[in-house]
Parts: sequence; C-alpha cells; structure tokens
Amino acid sequence: MNLVKLTIDNKPVVVENGTTILEAAKSIGVRIPSLCYMKMDDMNFENKPGGCRVCVVEVEGRRNLAPACKTECTEGMVVNTHTVRVINARRTVVELILSDHPAECLTCAKSGECELQDLAQNLGIREIHYTGEQSHYKGDQSPAIIREMDKCIMCRRCETACNEVQTVGVLSAVNRGFESVVAPAFEMDLDHSVCTYCGQCVAVCPTGALTERDYTWKVIEALVDPTKTVVVQTAPAVRAALGESFGMEPGSLVTAKMVSALRKLGFDYVFDTDFAADLTIMEEGTELLDRLNRHLNGDQEVKLPILTSCCPGWVKFFEHQFPEMMDVPSTAKSPQQMFGAIAKSYFAKKLDKKREDLVVVSVMPCLAKKYECTREEFSVNGDPDVNVSITTRELAQLIRNANLDFASLPDDDFDQPMGESTGASVIFGTTGGVIEAAVRTAYELHTGKILEKVDFKELRGMEGSRKATVDFDGLKLNIGIAHGLGNARKLLEEVKAGKSEFHAIEIMACPGGCIGGGGQPYHHGNVDILKKRQRAIYEEDKGKPIRKSHENPFIQELYKEFLGKPMSDLSHELLHTHYFDRKKKAEVE
Amino acid sequence: MAKVKIPENKVQELKDLCASYNNEPGELINVLHGAQGMFGYLPAEVQEIVADQMNVSVAHVYGVVTFYSFFSMLPKGKHPISICMGTACYVRGAEKVLDEFKRHLEVKVGETTPDGKFSLSCLRCVGACGLAPVVTIGERVYGRVSPEDVKGILGEY
Ligand code: SF4
Ligand code: SF4
Ligand code: SF4
Ligand code: FES
Ligand code: FES
Repeated sequence: MNLVKLTIDNKPVVVENGTTILEAAKSIGVRIPSLCYMKMDDMNFENKPGGCRVCVVEVEGRRNLAPACKTECTEGMVVNTHTVRVINARRTVVELILSDHPAECLTCAKSGECELQDLAQNLGIREIHYTGEQSHYKGDQSPAIIREMDKCIMCRRCETACNEVQTVGVLSAVNRGFESVVAPAFEMDLDHSVCTYCGQCVAVCPTGALTERDYTWKVIEALVDPTKTVVVQTAPAVRAALGESFGMEPGSLVTAKMVSALRKLGFDYVFDTDFAADLTIMEEGTELLDRLNRHLNGDQEVKLPILTSCCPGWVKFFEHQFPEMMDVPSTAKSPQQMFGAIAKSYFAKKLDKKREDLVVVSVMPCLAKKYECTREEFSVNGDPDVNVSITTRELAQLIRNANLDFASLPDDDFDQPMGESTGASVIFGTTGGVIEAAVRTAYELHTGKILEKVDFKELRGMEGSRKATVDFDGLKLNIGIAHGLGNARKLLEEVKAGKSEFHAIEIMACPGGCIGGGGQPYHHGNVDILKKRQRAIYEEDKGKPIRKSHENPFIQELYKEFLGKPMSDLSHELLHTHYFDRKKKAEVE
Repeated sequence: MAKVKIPENKVQELKDLCASYNNEPGELINVLHGAQGMFGYLPAEVQEIVADQMNVSVAHVYGVVTFYSFFSMLPKGKHPISICMGTACYVRGAEKVLDEFKRHLEVKVGETTPDGKFSLSCLRCVGACGLAPVVTIGERVYGRVSPEDVKGILGEY
C-alpha cells in the first residue's frame, strides 16, 4: 500500500494513494461542502461527475482551484479549504445554480432536507447576482414519484442509483446544453417506463426534483369522514426510522410513540403490517416446503429456488426484465396487500361492516407500495384492498401537521387482532430478515422439532449478496440473499442459466432492504444510518416474547376461524397473486 | 409519438448491423449511425431494438440520440431544409429566416410537413460564413438569404 503525506488546513494527514482530497479531509474532520458528489460504501454507489464545483479547494502551487471530490492527494500537497478565494468561488457556483432554479423553498416538498438550500444558507447567500433564462421541463406525476425537473441541478445521482445500483436503466441524461435533463427514454412518463418505483432515485436526489407523490391529504379526508372506519397498518422498517424525522438518533426504536401518534391522529384501529408479515411467512414458508418436498420426491417440474415476493419493487422488476421466469417467485402477496385483503374481509366481517366502509391506510418505508396498492388485481369491484399508502416521511408530516410533540408522546400499544406480531415479522424490515423468519417457521414445520436457537447470524449483514447453508436436521438448505436490484439481477441470471445452487432466495429492491426504502427519512448518503436502523430492527426482534410467526396466537386464530390452513382455497383467493409479463417489445410487422 | 411498425426483414438487418459490431456497447454510436443510414431516421422502435441487442438501456440510447444533432427521430422530408445557426449566420439574421420558413411550412424545427415534402432543421456553421446567412436544401446551398427570399426558394420545389 502506497501512502502519501499532505497538509489540509495546516493539519498533516496520511492517506492511501488514490484517495481524493475530499475523503482525506473527511478523515481528519475537515468538512468540504459538496453537491453532486455522493458515495455509499457497501452499496456500490459512487457518483462523482465532478460537475458542480462546489467542492473546490486551493492547492498551493496550482493556478486553478481544484474540485476536492475528483482530485487525488499527492505527496507534499498543501491544501486550503476555506480561503477567501475558495469561498468566493463557491458562492459564485451556487449563485449560478440558483440563477436557473425556481425560488420555491417555501412550498417545496424538500424544504428543510434540501442539500442545495443548505448550501445556500451555509454560504449566506442573500442575493443572486446573475439573472438569465430559467429552463423549463415537462413534469411527471406517477402513482409513486413526482418529477419536477425545473428543480434538477444535473448532479446525476439518480442516474447512478437507477443504472449502476439498481440496473433498471430508466434514467439517462438527454438532450444538450441548456435543454439537457435527466429523463426516461423518449422523455416518457415514469408510468410508461420500466421504472420499479423503488424510489432509490428519490432517496439520493439532493433537491426537490424527485419526491414521493404525497397522499397525506387523502388520509386527512378519510379521517374526517364520519361514514368511514379508518384502519392503519405500519410496516416494520418505519418504527426504526421515524424518530429521525423528529431529531432523534438514527436507530431509535419508536414503536410505542408511533402507535400513540397514530391514535391521536384519529385512526379508528391502529394495526401492524407485522401481523401480515407473520401471515406471509405462513403462506410463503408452506409454499417453500411444498416445492421442496415435491423436489425431494423427484418432481422434475417444480421450480427451485423459490424467490420471495414481498417487495413490489422487485416484483415489477422481474415482470419487466425476466418475464420468462414468472413462475419462479412465490405467489404470496406482500404483507401490505395481505393485510388489506384480510382487513376488508375477515376484519370487516367482525365489525359487521361492508368493505367499502373501511379505509385501509398503510405507512410504508417504500414508494413502490403506493404503486402496488393501485394494481388492479388488488381491488374488488373497484374498491382497493389498501386505499392509501403513505411513507414514513409523510407520517412525520401528518404528525407535524397535528402539532404533536412526538418525543414526549406517551407509549401505546397496537390494537388486536391485527396488531399482534412476532420477532420474525419485525425483521422483514431488513435485508436477510424475510428469509430468516421463513427459516424459523419452515424448520419447525419440516422437522417437527422445536428450534432452540432462533438467531441465524449467518443470514444477517449488509453485503450486497450473501449466501448461507441452513441445516434442517440433515437436509441442507442453500439460501441466497440479495438487496439492491443490481445484486438481484446477478442471482437471477444464474437461476435463468440453470446454474443456481440455491433452494430459496430473498430479494429486496432497496439497498439494506426496507430500512433503506425510498420513503424513509433522507440519509444523505450516510450508510451508518442504515446500519443503525438495522440494529434497531434486530433489537426489537430480540425483545419480543414470541419470535416465530406460526406461534402468533392471532394468526392461529385467523386460520382456525377463517382461512382454514395455509394455501387453502380461501388463502389462495385472498393471500396469493399472479404476475404479468411487462416486457415491452418493439412493434414489428 | 406516432406508432411506427418496422418490417420483419428490416428488423433482421438491424440485428445483423448490431452483430457486425459484436453488440459491443462501446460501438453504440456507430450502430446508430448505420441504423440512421438504413431508416433515414431513428424512430423509437429502432432505438428499442438497438438497446435490446446491444444490452444497454433504451434511456441510454435515447440519451445518445438526443445528444448528437446528427441523429434524428423524425423522418426527413423529401427536401430537407437546414438553416445555419452558426455565429456569422446568426448575427446576419438567420433567426428571422428560420421564422419565415416555420411560418410558411407551419412546422417547428425538427419536424416534417404533413405531405412529407419538407423537413426543417438547424445546423452549426457549415463553413460558408462569407455567404451568411446560409440555407441548404438537399444538396443545394443558398447564400445571403433574406426572409423575403424564402417564399421564392420554396417555390422552386
Ligand atoms: S424509482 Fe427506482 S427504477 Fe424508478 S427511476 Fe427511480 S431508481 Fe429507477
Ligand atoms: S433529478 Fe435530482 S438526483 Fe437526478 S440529476 Fe436532477 S438533481 Fe440530481
Ligand atoms: S425493499 Fe422494501 S422499501 Fe424497497 S421497494 Fe421493496 S418493499 Fe419497498
Ligand atoms: S461535489 Fe465535487 S464537483 Fe460536485
Ligand atoms: S456561421 Fe453559418 S456558415 Fe459559418
């Protein structure tokens, strides 16, 4: 390893050859402002087009200022990051960006979280000395994502997320010069593209150009409608991140306060998506064992590996990109949709209400869920199983709207029956969690033995794709895990080529799993935040009295009273789904 | 965007073209150049097939097509009109000439008249600055064009 010595702001620093000035400075606590640059270790995310020049610094002996994010350290270099010349240059750069940026901070969805706004404030910009033409682009409102490209600063982070990390390839810089913008092919709307709605482009966009479609008003409308019974469900990853929106430490578990806030907001029943996650395990786990047993009995037709299907971003991905493999994933619906289907049948019946009188709201870390609940197969006579899906960020917005002081809310508990959940369901929120939950249940169902050690550490972690072998009392089960669609694609290619060594594969579209979902509080590129959320999720699992899905007493009751058994006819009708070939083909005569 | 259907044999020709560059993503510009030669322009379907063959995203292909003004997504008219917008032509009133063409033909830049006779595009300096403003129609070059000349020029076709 070659080391180089240099000085930054009079502080000596030694770094590996090839390190940029920006990283070297960071290592000694010197913060250099940046804008287009973003790097996330472990996530295969690196965006450094070197275009914005916000990060310029002065290097002694060089005539021009150097962009710190692109310039590598050399031996003996003397760097100054905060000279008058540097500060003036940064102000000029930011003023130039602002001269072609709509000044709409007061009403912008990103206000308070916008990196451009932060920069302008930190530099103390009070006036823009440049005036010129403002560029205008076509807007785009999909069911999940809003693109307001007038606010785009062409940092191209979204392209890196979509193309390098997710390998979906929806976005590209198009046109030239003043007209240039990041857009899907033919500048079509996202809704017509192969977009998965994973929302990873939204998660990294520094400005208000990409945001979620906000449905908070729909929730408020439902809450004030006296004819409606409003039921809310909250996904596992939400409780591990919501606190961040109120200034709490990343990794704070706020389950009890979240329930309290939801009750104060006026929901009639505060339930948990985790309940439906336990249900997912019952169905998906049974399906796994069924396929496995058929395979062991010599059935050549049976498809293995089985792939999880609880992530709608991933589902849309394979429908577009691998339609020839639609019979490989499990047919189990996502927990969000299982919840909706049970709420509007079993629970509505318990309340003696018609399904139309119930409004099911879901709070998700996810943008793809907004799209998922609009899919036609998830409604009955035009009445969707899940009416509105909002993100963790939108829930924070609702809480602020209602002037609740989140941190000082009293603790509260979910309602029953659909609020009871196990540790297995909580870990659905992180990569590796769904398959660990499935293994806990499948092991006991398959071997008929009690699983003493429920923690499967070998399935946990943050590496993009992982594998482990779990011993089912002599039967060795090979398990694959991928998060981030780029990693998923690699495993899928293997399956397609018939080279996969796995019996089961868990896939989540978002890096880190749902804890890193497109609807979570913004992480601004800090991977540590995701790791802390992950720790919080495993902590909650550990603290649960019941940690296996099939031991959830309300799940047992649901099967006894209503569904019969996993994969029964009624289960199939309510809890399983089918997929569609969405591959777009050029029209040929 | 109007739906264009490509005949089966042309699709094969296009695939062969991609294959002749080993479907190498780095050769995308050459492939698009060849494809434009085959079709005269690059409709969406052609870009989709090229993307599929070359294993790159359609968005990327579209990004390249819209970056280089040489590529066009609209069929050229029988008589393609190009107006030079280089500095010399611009200061000598090329924009007024362009406006006059737009007015007469009732099309925007990059479009073709409904009868397919004329298409309108802009160019950077064509190297005849002494004749500015310069207009080319097909192979013919018109120099020192004034807005008043436009009607007469069009009348020649
Ligand atoms: S939501 Fe995901 S797939 Fe869609 S454009 Fe953004 S990054 Fe790409
Ligand atoms: S949309 Fe956002 S992330 Fe994408 S280039 Fe524009 S500012 Fe950057
Ligand atoms: S990983 Fe989770 S947050 Fe991301 S798209 Fe899938 S379900 Fe949504
Ligand atoms: S952050 Fe370095 S050039 Fe944009
Ligand atoms: S500027 Fe038009 S020919 Fe040179």
